[in-house]
Amino acid sequence: MATEIQAVRRDTAAPARPAMPGLLALAVLLLVLVAAPYVLYPVFVMKVLCFALFACAFNLLIGFAGLLSFGHAAFFGGAAYITAHTVKVWGLPPELGILLGTAFSATLGLAFGALAIRRQGIYFAMITLALSQMVFFMALQLKFTGGEDGIQAVPRGHLFGLIDLSQPMAMYYTVLAVFLFGFVVIWRTVHSPFGQVLKAIRENEPRAISLGYRTDHYKLMAFVLSAALAGLAGGTKAIVFQLATLTDVQWQMSGAVVLMTLLGGIGTLFGPVVGAALVVTLENYLAASNLPVPVVIGVIFVACVLLFRRGIVGEIAARLGGKRP
Amino acid sequence: MSTIFGIPPQALFGQLLLGLINGSFYALLSLGLAVIFGMLNVINFAHGALYMLGAFVAWLLLTMAGIGYWWALLLAPLVVGAFGVVLEKTLLSRLYKLDHLYGLLLTFGLALIVEGAFRHFYGVSGQPYPIPDLLRGGQNLGFMFLPNYRGWVVVASLVVCLATWYAIERTKLGAYLRAATENPVLVQAFGINVPLMITATYGFGVALAGLAGVLAAPIYQVSPLMGSNLIIVVFAVVVIGGMGSILGAVLTGYGLGLLEGLTKVFYPEASNIVVFVIMAVVLLIKPAGLFGRER
Repeated sequence: MATEIQAVRRDTAAPARPAMPGLLALAVLLLVLVAAPYVLYPVFVMKVLCFALFACAFNLLIGFAGLLSFGHAAFFGGAAYITAHTVKVWGLPPELGILLGTAFSATLGLAFGALAIRRQGIYFAMITLALSQMVFFMALQLKFTGGEDGIQAVPRGHLFGLIDLSQPMAMYYTVLAVFLFGFVVIWRTVHSPFGQVLKAIRENEPRAISLGYRTDHYKLMAFVLSAALAGLAGGTKAIVFQLATLTDVQWQMSGAVVLMTLLGGIGTLFGPVVGAALVVTLENYLAASNLPVPVVIGVIFVACVLLFRRGIVGEIAARLGGKRP
Repeated sequence: MSTIFGIPPQALFGQLLLGLINGSFYALLSLGLAVIFGMLNVINFAHGALYMLGAFVAWLLLTMAGIGYWWALLLAPLVVGAFGVVLEKTLLSRLYKLDHLYGLLLTFGLALIVEGAFRHFYGVSGQPYPIPDLLRGGQNLGFMFLPNYRGWVVVASLVVCLATWYAIERTKLGAYLRAATENPVLVQAFGINVPLMITATYGFGVALAGLAGVLAAPIYQVSPLMGSNLIIVVFAVVVIGGMGSILGAVLTGYGLGLLEGLTKVFYPEASNIVVFVIMAVVLLIKPAGLFGRER
């Protein structure tokens, strides 16, 4: 399958070490995020951060292992339900709730990944979509998920029993810390030997096999890591918005995260963050207008696929001469 | 014989019939997906939206122009097919040289647009579509009551599936099609217009979805959301059957419909997820699918 996607990826491929422009961009991002709640509505920025982490987790799979999962909502929404339930009903502190949500998603990722990596390409996407639809129906029917209502009024509680998360700024910097933790994990993964093997599998799996790599193990590990980080994002989201609903596990959510990553730039570290910010902003803006949201989202999807497949960050990187920011 | 496995036979056969109806739609849709995939290597995510479009065209023909069911059965697939041809010519054909996943993403975007537009104009509530006069009423089969229209849907979809199978596996045009699926460059070198065949195949595949939509209109209500959940089940059906064989897609469609019906009788809570569970089991035992081959 000698196709253009590989060419596109190759010229946006990550250098072995985080280059200077990358660190510079990270510093700028950090500065913007620390200052953001003083300029913007904190809840809005927290939403962006949760989805940015979600998109980064998804991008780890598509961008660096070449696997398109169309079912990441299961991990995001599944963790949101587990976190919301454990915090609200069991009375666990928020950090434990998020941890349990993440662990749940990692386990789910292990099961789904083990099934999905048995097929490739388009089938992989269809299998992940079907499996996540199963989670959706379970969320609809099981008792503890509250059906159509979801789990509402989840208490934010006290982080480590000390920090009162009902204070917007305390909540904001907690979310920022979670996001940065996830982002650094992904950064380290991509630049580690493990990440290099993933890229080798993406570019040419038979060759990676012939070099002696058990590619299925690598793919499964990438899948579990991606699922766990998506769960981390989902669990955090449940604490921030104090709710977990069917929206989080619907296939539209899986589609939204694909769009965020595609729009920002598949296979770039910062692309998903930019894409998530844009999509969340757009959705907020559209909610106030009477334009049909899915149509606009669909048009952007089509435009991305037809016109700029590298995404925004990928385009910029290509213009700047092949080096990634 | 008042009960079978503790279930009254009316309930059992009623659910089996419902399963057979659902299976008819799974078969028609997965058949279209398989035909399109064979030729274009694209999984048509817009298939559910186009099924919905077929139902809506029939409904609009009836309410706007007073054109009834039988004409709609002919016209709606033509309209949907023509729409598909336009989509293929203007958008999809630009992506053939790229990774196949882009085709999936493009058709996903198209599905959002089509469904979103209908939802914007017609809301989420369903529109009723009357059963045509000729097919009202039903037959008492002794062990169950068979509404005529439901019997008609099963028969019609079986005929269409078999006709498609015959056209692809037994006719000269079908032979060209299969040859072009295997090696498009060589077939083109023999002087056959492969791009035209690709366009026609896509048009035909989505016309099948449109036809399924018209057949479904009197059974389910005509609603903008009718296709989106169905298509995911059909994806699972396609994974279970494998897309290598036409007959395989059809058989898997009917089989899973029946199995879903049985689940509704014995363990209704699981009826929504039974197809996905079977998909997981098939992936464990035979990853290529029941009728599939690795590609």
